[in-house]
Amino acid sequence: MTPSTLTRHMTAWAQATPMAAVFFFFFIVPLALVVMVSFWDYNDYEMIPTFSGRGYTETFEGCLTRLPEMCTMFKTYTKTVKLAAMVWVLTLVIGFTVAYFLAFHVRSKTWQIALSLVCTIPFWTSNVIRMIAWIPLLGRNGLINQGLTGVGLVDRPVEWLLFSEFSVVLALVHLFTFFMVIPIFNSMIRIDHALIEAARDAGATGWQTLRHVVIPLCKPGIVIGSIFVITIVMGDFVTVGVMGGQQIASAGKVVQTHLDALQFPVAAANAVVLLGVTLVIIAALSRLVDVRKEL
Amino acid sequence: MTDETNKSTGLSRRTLLKGAASVAGVAAGSGAITGFPYVKSAEPKVLRYLGTAVNEGDDIAKKCFEDTGIKLEYITATTDDVSKRVITQPNSFDVLDTEYFSLKKLVPSGNILPLDAKKIKEFDNITPVFTKGQLPNGKKIGDQGTAPWKVLYLEGKDSKTFSKTPTDFVTLIPTVYNADTLGTRPDLIKRPISSWAELLNPEFKGKASILNIPSIGIMDAAMVVEATGQYKYADKGNMTRAEIDLTMKILTEAKKAGQFRAFWKDFNESVNLMASGETVIQSMWSPAVTKVRSMGIPCIFQPLKEGYRSWASGFCVSKAVSGAKSEWAYEFVNWFLSGWAGAYLNRQGYYSAVLSTAKANMEAYEWAYWMEGKPAEKDIKSPTGALLEKAGAVRDGGSYDDRMGNVACWNAVMDENDYMVRKWNEFIAS
Repeated sequence: MTPSTLTRHMTAWAQATPMAAVFFFFFIVPLALVVMVSFWDYNDYEMIPTFSGRGYTETFEGCLTRLPEMCTMFKTYTKTVKLAAMVWVLTLVIGFTVAYFLAFHVRSKTWQIALSLVCTIPFWTSNVIRMIAWIPLLGRNGLINQGLTGVGLVDRPVEWLLFSEFSVVLALVHLFTFFMVIPIFNSMIRIDHALIEAARDAGATGWQTLRHVVIPLCKPGIVIGSIFVITIVMGDFVTVGVMGGQQIASAGKVVQTHLDALQFPVAAANAVVLLGVTLVIIAALSRLVDVRKEL
Repeated sequence: MTDETNKSTGLSRRTLLKGAASVAGVAAGSGAITGFPYVKSAEPKVLRYLGTAVNEGDDIAKKCFEDTGIKLEYITATTDDVSKRVITQPNSFDVLDTEYFSLKKLVPSGNILPLDAKKIKEFDNITPVFTKGQLPNGKKIGDQGTAPWKVLYLEGKDSKTFSKTPTDFVTLIPTVYNADTLGTRPDLIKRPISSWAELLNPEFKGKASILNIPSIGIMDAAMVVEATGQYKYADKGNMTRAEIDLTMKILTEAKKAGQFRAFWKDFNESVNLMASGETVIQSMWSPAVTKVRSMGIPCIFQPLKEGYRSWASGFCVSKAVSGAKSEWAYEFVNWFLSGWAGAYLNRQGYYSAVLSTAKANMEAYEWAYWMEGKPAEKDIKSPTGALLEKAGAVRDGGSYDDRMGNVACWNAVMDENDYMVRKWNEFIAS
C-alpha cells in the first residue's frame, strides 16, 4: 500500500467515524441493552439481572396451549398489521397522487416548495391538541354528526366516527401521508420529462405512461415512503390509544402497559418481537426494490 | 410556578455569566470575588417535587414560598410515570407526592426514605382515617385494597417491611384523600342512578368509560360485579387468579358488546369525554366533575349505595435527600399540614389530612358546605375564585362522615399484579 492510498483510506475512515460513533452509541448500544434486558427476570419493582426466558414465555403465553383460539400476542399483532396495511394503502394512494400533482402539474419551483411545506401542517400541533380537535368534529355531537342528522341522512348520530378503527386510520393517514409524499416527489422530479414525451409520442395513453414509465421510476421513493409509514404505524401507541379510545390493541400499547406496570423485561421482550416483525416486513419490501442500487 | 423557577435560574445564570465575564476581564475581577459569597448566601431553598398534576397547584407553590422561602420545582407526571421515575431515577427529585397503593412497589425498591413522625408537628392531629381506619366519630371504614393504615409505618428507618403497629417511621405523611365514585350527566340520563351496576347497564351502551389504569379499572369492574350480585370478593383490592379471570371476563363481554366509549387516563381526557357528551357515566375524580360543572354542563359525582373507591396520598423523600435538604423537606411538610394548603385542597372537593388546621383556614360557611354537607349559605367559590355552586346547593354525597364513612375499598396493587396486567392486555386485544 502506497502512502497516498493509505492516507486516502485513513481519511475515509475518519470521515465515516462520527456517523458510525453516533450509530454505535445511540442505536447499537441501546438496542443491545434492550435485547439483554429482555432475557432478565423481574419482580414487582425491579429488574433482576439473571438469565430468564420469562419475558418471552409471558409474551407468548397461551399461543400453543390455547389453539385454535388466538393468544393475546397473535390477536394484537393481527390488529396492528391490519392497521398498518390499511394506513399503508391509503397513504400510498394519497401520497402518490399529491406527489404526482406537485411534480407534474405545478410548474414553478417556488410553488412546489410552498405546497410541500403545506403538507407539513399536521405536524404543527401536538398529538394531544389534535385529539381534542377531533372530538368536536367526529364526536357524537360533533360537526359531522350534526350535519348528517341536520340533512336527514341519518336519524341518530353515527357512533363509529370516533374511538374506532376508522378514526385511528384517519388520524394516522392524516399524519403520515407526508412521509409518502416527500420520497415519491423526490423520485418523480428526477424523471426525465423526455421519457414521458417519448411515451406519448409512441402512442401510450396517460394510464399506460403512468403504469409503465412513472411508477417503475418512482419505486425507490415508494419503498422508502412505505418503510417510513409501516415502521411508524407498527410501533405507534399514542395515536392508536387516543383515537381508539384506548380500546384497540397495538403492539406498542402492550409495551407501554408493561412499562407502566414496571415490568421492564417483558416490555423489552415485546419490543424485540416487534422489531423482528417489522424487520421481516421491511426485508420483504426491499426484496421488491434494491433501494441502494436505485438511489 | 414555572415563571418563578425560570426567574431564579435566570438570575443565577446571569450572575454566573457576570462572574465568568469578570474572570475574563482583569478590571472586573474584584467584582467576581465580592459577588461570589453573595450568590452563595442567597442560594434559594429549592425542593424538586415529583407528583401528579392533581396536587401541584401554582397557588400552593406561591404561598409556600411566601411563608417558608422554599421554592417548589414541580415535576409533573402521570400516576404510573411517577412510580417509574422513583424506580429508575431516584436522584431526580427530592420530595415525592404519591399514593399509598404504590408503596407496595416503591418501598421494597429502597429508593424512598420514611419521614420521622416526631418531626411532624401536627402528626398527632392527623385524621384517624389514616392511622386507625376509622372516622373521627369512631366509625370503622372499609379496608379492602391497599388501605393507608396497612402501609403507613415501617419497622425501622431503613426497613423495607411494613409495621402493623405504629412506629416513628412513616412511609408517607398523609396530605390528601378522597372517596371516588361515578360521574354522571343527569341531563342526558334523566333518571336517578344509585348503584355501581349502572356502569355496565346496556342502557348506556357506547356511553360508559372506566380508567385506563389496570389496577383501578379492575376494581371499578369488581364494584359492578358485586353490585349485580354475581360474586362477592374477599378483597376487591387483592384478587385471586380465579377472581381476576371472572372480573376480566365480565369486562370483556361488556367491551365486546360496545359498552365503553373510551378509556381515559388523563384528568383532561375525562373532562372532555364527559363535557362533550361522549360518555354519560364513567369513573371520575372530584375536581374533574367540578371542572365539567364550571363549564356550565350538569355533572354529578354520584354517591352509590355500594360505597366509594377511595385513595389517599402523602409525602416522603428520595433516598438521595440528606442534610439541609432533609430539613427543608420537613419544613415544607409541616407547612403543608399547617392549614392553608389543607383549606385549598378542601375547597377542591378533596379532604385534608389534618382537619383542625384546615378548618381554621376556611370560612364557617365553606366548612359547612364542604365538610358538613349543609346547604351553602353563600356562593361557593373554587380556590382560584371561580363560582362553583350558588347559595343553597348541597355537596354530592353529603358530609365528610357520609362520604368517607361509606368507603368500600381503596386503590390497590394486588399480589397477582403481574397476572392481572397480562389479563388486561388480553382484555384490550379482545
